Amino acid sequence: MAYIILILLIVVIVAVYFFKKKLSLTQNKKINERFFVSLTGLSAVFIIVFIGYLLLHIFLLGKGSLSWEFLTTPPKDGLTGGGIFPAIVGTSLLVMIMSIIGVPIGTITAIYLVEYAKENSIITKSIRFAVNTLAGVPSIVFGLFGLGFFIGVVGKQMDVVEANNRISKMERVFEQQGSPFADDGKATGTEIQQLLEKNDKEYWLKQTEKIKILTEIYGAGNPIPKAGAMKFFKERIQPNWGQPSLIWAALTMALLTLPVVIVSVEEAIKTIPRDLREASLALGATKFMTILRVVLPGALPGILTGTILTIGRGAGEVAPILFTGVAYYLPDLPKAATSQFMHLGYHIYVLATQSTNVDLTKSLQYATTFVLLALTFVLNFTAVMIRSKIRRRVGNNN
Amino acid sequence: MKSNIKISTQELNLFYGAKQALTNITLDILENQVTAFIGPSGCGKSTFIRTLNRMNDLIDGVKITGKVIIDGIDIYDKNIDVVQLRKRIGMVFQKSNPFPKSIYDNVAYGPRVNGITDKNKLDEIVEQSLKRAAIWEETKDRLKSSALGFSGGQQQRVCIARCLAVNPDVILMDEPASALDPISTSKIEELVHELKEHYTIVIVTHNMQQAARISDYTAFFYLGELIEYDKTKKIFTNPSNKKTEEYVTGRFG
Repeated sequence: MAYIILILLIVVIVAVYFFKKKLSLTQNKKINERFFVSLTGLSAVFIIVFIGYLLLHIFLLGKGSLSWEFLTTPPKDGLTGGGIFPAIVGTSLLVMIMSIIGVPIGTITAIYLVEYAKENSIITKSIRFAVNTLAGVPSIVFGLFGLGFFIGVVGKQMDVVEANNRISKMERVFEQQGSPFADDGKATGTEIQQLLEKNDKEYWLKQTEKIKILTEIYGAGNPIPKAGAMKFFKERIQPNWGQPSLIWAALTMALLTLPVVIVSVEEAIKTIPRDLREASLALGATKFMTILRVVLPGALPGILTGTILTIGRGAGEVAPILFTGVAYYLPDLPKAATSQFMHLGYHIYVLATQSTNVDLTKSLQYATTFVLLALTFVLNFTAVMIRSKIRRRVGNNN
Repeated sequence: MKSNIKISTQELNLFYGAKQALTNITLDILENQVTAFIGPSGCGKSTFIRTLNRMNDLIDGVKITGKVIIDGIDIYDKNIDVVQLRKRIGMVFQKSNPFPKSIYDNVAYGPRVNGITDKNKLDEIVEQSLKRAAIWEETKDRLKSSALGFSGGQQQRVCIARCLAVNPDVILMDEPASALDPISTSKIEELVHELKEHYTIVIVTHNMQQAARISDYTAFFYLGELIEYDKTKKIFTNPSNKKTEEYVTGRFG
């Protein structure tokens, strides 16, 4: 199939070349014109047919699984049944957090580059170099960076700080008046349990299992020394930030899409006529005021274009979130920024490669693909609607 | 009646990079008078008017020497707050450049960025400014509609109203009517005549009849130099310099 298309393409190119030569010789402009109109029209039709075929193919293969239940329930039976609700929620959350973080940073950078930075200064050059490099880095590298930096450095440090807070809080609890440790520096497992529950219900209530282990180590009913208990808990503090999660995946994704935002906002800012800036400045507005009240409102459609492109990219990319937060199977929805999440793109990959029953998953896989396309389309469409509304309001057509 | 000197420039030179655009301009502009700058394209008249509110600061590579003294203070002194200065020296541009906002928001822009938020106060300023710019009758029922929906001449008067709303002492007009039809032009000219009672007006114009009609004093610029500066009547009837005579009689330019 691919060969046939390739050969056809070559034939068309060669034909065009010779026809053009021949036609210009005959000077028959009318035929020339007609030929090129039909050629360009044909190319357009070809693309539409291709996209239409693709969509139809996906829809037909997936429609057996598409149902309300498919959209609203988690997967079940070893990924051979159920729905994709957690993946829809996960993808939407990821894209939203990514935009909330990435779009403002990109916009502010673009403002700096256009309005404040001196062209050809070292700072401007290095920012531009960084942006261009970012745009060219393969997305899997972003994933590794997210793992190494956000999780390995930032998250780990946050955990260390959090663990120290926990431990010092625990120490205060152990040393306070009325603590079973107060008289001889020892307490039984039950006493520790009661003490912790009384003081920090929310967190230590979850530690019942650990206290059980602690009690077993020292033997049931035996007193446990304070230092021993502290050491035991310290070693068993769960990492909270230093692990793959929604927030790190979103940050990695924001970084990946930053160049897209910067470039489109920059272009939008540049279209604001110099006249308008001068008018504002001549009225005694500061540069900052001018940016806030004239430049940014005018650039809003462009900023939204950037957001749309970002969303489109973010919803489809899987590589950056591979190591930074996406989960293979997670029936529960993410509860916090530190939760892992499911993702439509990754779910397609999982269905396609990790299935226990290929026949059963095939239709699920295509249905998921269809939902991913539809979701991207809905997000884009919403953004386009908002943009055209704003465009009409500010009367700017960039 | 003898007027006070409002603006005085002393040996003003301006360079765009290595190219000198203004050479040794020394002139006094009188309060509550209309002063017109005339001269062929590229003679430096627009550049000069833009030095009076430091608009040239925005262009990279501009270097200025000499002094521009407004109300006794050198505006190129490093302690001068340019934002405060531009509030006092309003400017109307060649191409009408209303913001893509409503008429009301356009006129209220200046007061707003200068910290006025009181609705009644803003209403009052907007109405008064539009009245002074002789555009109130045409806009009073459409204050909330976009300024871009009005004709070029109306837009230019809205821009004048916007400029008046910050209550400047001086209004600089850089060819304000060059893109307008004759009727709109005559309206702007009438307006200039009315405004000079309250403001000092400096106007750059290509149109010599216009300069003759509306100004009290006229300065003739040629190749970045001030050739002659005198009462308008004298410039147009009995100029001292041969170059001026050639220009006002239409022999070149």
